[in-house]
Amino acid sequence: MENLIADASKYVTVFLMAAYTYWNFRYFGAGKDRQDRILAKQSRITFLLHSLSFAVMFLKTQEERLLLLWAAQAVFLWCFGALYGKCYPLRSGLLFNNMCLMMSVGFVILARLSFDKALRQFGITVCAAAATWLIPFITSRVWQLSRIPWLYGLLGVGLLGAVYGAGDASYGAQLSLRMGQLSMQPSEFVKISFVFFVAAMFYKSTSKRQIFITSAVSALHVLILVFSKDLGSALIFFVTYVFMVFVATCRWEFLVLGGLGGCAAAAAAWKLFSHVQVRVMAWKNPWADIDNRGYQITQSLFAIGTGGWFGLGLFGGMPKKIPVVEKDFVLAAVSEEMGAVSAVCLLLVCLGCFIQFMMTACRMRAMFYKLIAVGLGCGYIVQVFLTAGGVIKFIPSTGVTLPLVSYGGSSVFSTFILFSVIQGLYILKRGEEEEEGYEADF
Amino acid sequence: MKPIFRRRKKGRREHKEGRQNADRCILGIAWGTVVLFLWLIGYMGYFLIVPREEVINNPYNARLDGFARSVERGKILSSDKTVLAVTETGEDGSERRLYPYGSLFSHGVGYSTRGNTGLEALGNYYLLTCHLNPVQQLQSRLAGKKLPGDQIVTTFDTELQQAAGEALGDKKGAVVALEPATGRVLAMVSKPDFDANTVEEDWEAIAAEDGQARLVNRAVQGLYPPGSVFKIVTLLAYIREHPLDYGEYRFECTGSFQCEDYSIRCYHGTAHGSQTLAQAFANSCNGAFASLGLELDKKGMADTAEGLLFNREQPVALPYSQSRFLMGEDAGIWEVLQTSIGQGLTQMTPMHGAMMTAAVANGGVLMAPLFMDRVENEAGETVKTFPPEVYGSLMSREEAEILGHMMETAVAEGTGSALRTQAYTAAGKTGSAQFETGKETHAWFTGYAPADNPRIAVTVIVEEGGSGGQAAAPIARRLFDIYLSR
Repeated sequence: MENLIADASKYVTVFLMAAYTYWNFRYFGAGKDRQDRILAKQSRITFLLHSLSFAVMFLKTQEERLLLLWAAQAVFLWCFGALYGKCYPLRSGLLFNNMCLMMSVGFVILARLSFDKALRQFGITVCAAAATWLIPFITSRVWQLSRIPWLYGLLGVGLLGAVYGAGDASYGAQLSLRMGQLSMQPSEFVKISFVFFVAAMFYKSTSKRQIFITSAVSALHVLILVFSKDLGSALIFFVTYVFMVFVATCRWEFLVLGGLGGCAAAAAAWKLFSHVQVRVMAWKNPWADIDNRGYQITQSLFAIGTGGWFGLGLFGGMPKKIPVVEKDFVLAAVSEEMGAVSAVCLLLVCLGCFIQFMMTACRMRAMFYKLIAVGLGCGYIVQVFLTAGGVIKFIPSTGVTLPLVSYGGSSVFSTFILFSVIQGLYILKRGEEEEEGYEADF
Repeated sequence: MKPIFRRRKKGRREHKEGRQNADRCILGIAWGTVVLFLWLIGYMGYFLIVPREEVINNPYNARLDGFARSVERGKILSSDKTVLAVTETGEDGSERRLYPYGSLFSHGVGYSTRGNTGLEALGNYYLLTCHLNPVQQLQSRLAGKKLPGDQIVTTFDTELQQAAGEALGDKKGAVVALEPATGRVLAMVSKPDFDANTVEEDWEAIAAEDGQARLVNRAVQGLYPPGSVFKIVTLLAYIREHPLDYGEYRFECTGSFQCEDYSIRCYHGTAHGSQTLAQAFANSCNGAFASLGLELDKKGMADTAEGLLFNREQPVALPYSQSRFLMGEDAGIWEVLQTSIGQGLTQMTPMHGAMMTAAVANGGVLMAPLFMDRVENEAGETVKTFPPEVYGSLMSREEAEILGHMMETAVAEGTGSALRTQAYTAAGKTGSAQFETGKETHAWFTGYAPADNPRIAVTVIVEEGGSGGQAAAPIARRLFDIYLSR
């Protein structure tokens, strides 16, 4: 009987995910009243999904602490939603819902993988929510943010340089700075300061000289990351930059140039770094070295394949067989136990967020804000693409995480900042429109 | 809320144009990304539909074992649907895997007690998947029972397998029987064997035995010196070098061939006298093959061997050993002499011999050996079939015909006399391979029948069996007789 319930619940899970995703896209074509109803529906779905998953996990493990964690998370999500609505009545409800959904899925899958990590992640999430509370307000009010490009640039290069000089290595890459008990991954935060830097620079001017200077400083960012062997982040920075130049100048040459430069860089990385070769070989034919280099990716494929469209149900699979599953390969765990349909839905929700970022960018008047929305959006979606592509062997694994779902404090923090900044832009725009008497239509 | 950029009225139109351009770029990026993601999702969908089963049916995928919690392992059946492996559930819910034929299929079907081997490993995923209709599945689950796993119908022919097992008797060795046109593995016996029912209990004893290697499937993993069976390869290399005048080849056999300080003797020192190429092949004249081996281009010889899958991956789904051909271009005379007659460093598995023979029988085209015919659900409805797969052409049709004629002659006039019968015409090659001084030779036979319309190819090795014609060929004869009398 217990198995039957668990079995039935996995189909419900898939259905809920699919319904959420449907409403996520249906929203854009709906009228104002309908939109409010959709948002309410989505909140309910998220709550149901979260509760059902924890119920199943409790059924399977009989661990009471799971119930406590569920209650704490449910209360947090509810309070977060209510307070956010109060403080920021003009926020984008859809974006907010998406954030909550991704957090919930992350909470569930982490609780499945490791209770301790789930607890830690939850704690960090609460802190991040509190610490980033004012960011939408600041972004929407403080226009001086566009005046200090050098501060962003120095901050970024400084932080990355510090990691390169004094960072801890993990899986062959230097990623984190340790201060006593705390360890953080500065590159996660530099992703944001970098976008601000480029946006502020191009907001000032897009003269040749300015482009040259900006490119040089950007290249410095990327190079430090390359030397720290954090090639995934380097790639994200690079693509972000190329797209920002493209939008700032509206010249396709930059895209072509960026593409060619990217190819050249990839070739150089292949020549210079043995770990790049290892990853590419592991991608091309993981079966040849299944015990060693191909182990992670083949385990991931086993997980996704064995799980199939509807998954094996929580605690029905063996996601822990995948090395670093809670970070880079979290999507494989989601797919294995909650179903490939859920994983695809999750990707679509991420894509939905990105589309919203781009829509926000289009609606902003000032180039500074446009560029910020574009930059943050591109960085975000490239990261999602790299992690999802790596997990299903679409591209070589680059070792980046899925924002808000993967385990990792810095990543949670920086994603909260990112979403808060976009909310700030959204609020700013809607404030403007309401003042001018437009009907806010998205 | 106070708008911020309203102050800038100057140049507003220019700004507007710039904005519109930028928005177009943003839209371009957005669309590009959407396309890329659809591609990614499409790739994932493709993975789940097409290569999924093949990928996850892998011994490294521990998740499949988890399936056993809710599915009762399905049966393995022979091609005539005799049960080769079945799971019995006791009243207390304990499961036991039974193998009605005991040791007969211990390597082919394998066992599923201490890990999975043989078809138990190859078909693991299917055996642990249930394809009954959802209503029946629900009924099973509501009754608190495990779902019945699908069953695999193999290509094994029980009668042939039994005949092969009995014919080998207590001798060590292996027998492989293939259907040349499809690659279906009709029989695969390896001796010594073990009782698959009790392998778990007997494990320590088996491991403690010396020099038996019961657990090794000699048919696909046993590497043997091919002896005169390898003359098929040498012959092919010679024909390729002399496509027009190989018929004019002559050799005067005195029972022993001298080259510098080395001498190669024919089996039992028999002097074959004047030999054409066909006669030399039929009589398995070592002298003739050693001498023509010396004439051959070493590179061409290696290419021919590798074209016949020596040193290459083979289309064998079970864990197998790769056959070896190690003669380099700098090989000395002795090595060339030895290699040409299948001694020296060359090693081959019985399955490999059977594949080469089947390719000759099939006009040069090798069909990948096929162990599973189809998967059925418990009710006997077909869930999945495994169609024959062409591996590729190992030789041209003409070459296959020439080799086939030579092999026919070997049976009709040469060492394969054990296969002469009115009932059908067989083609084949015997071998007696030396592997250790002072010990009896390994007896080989590989061949197919009927010669004009091959239905079965058989390769036999009897370790220390003596001469191929006397020890190995009769076993093939027995299988041919049974199979072709149907």
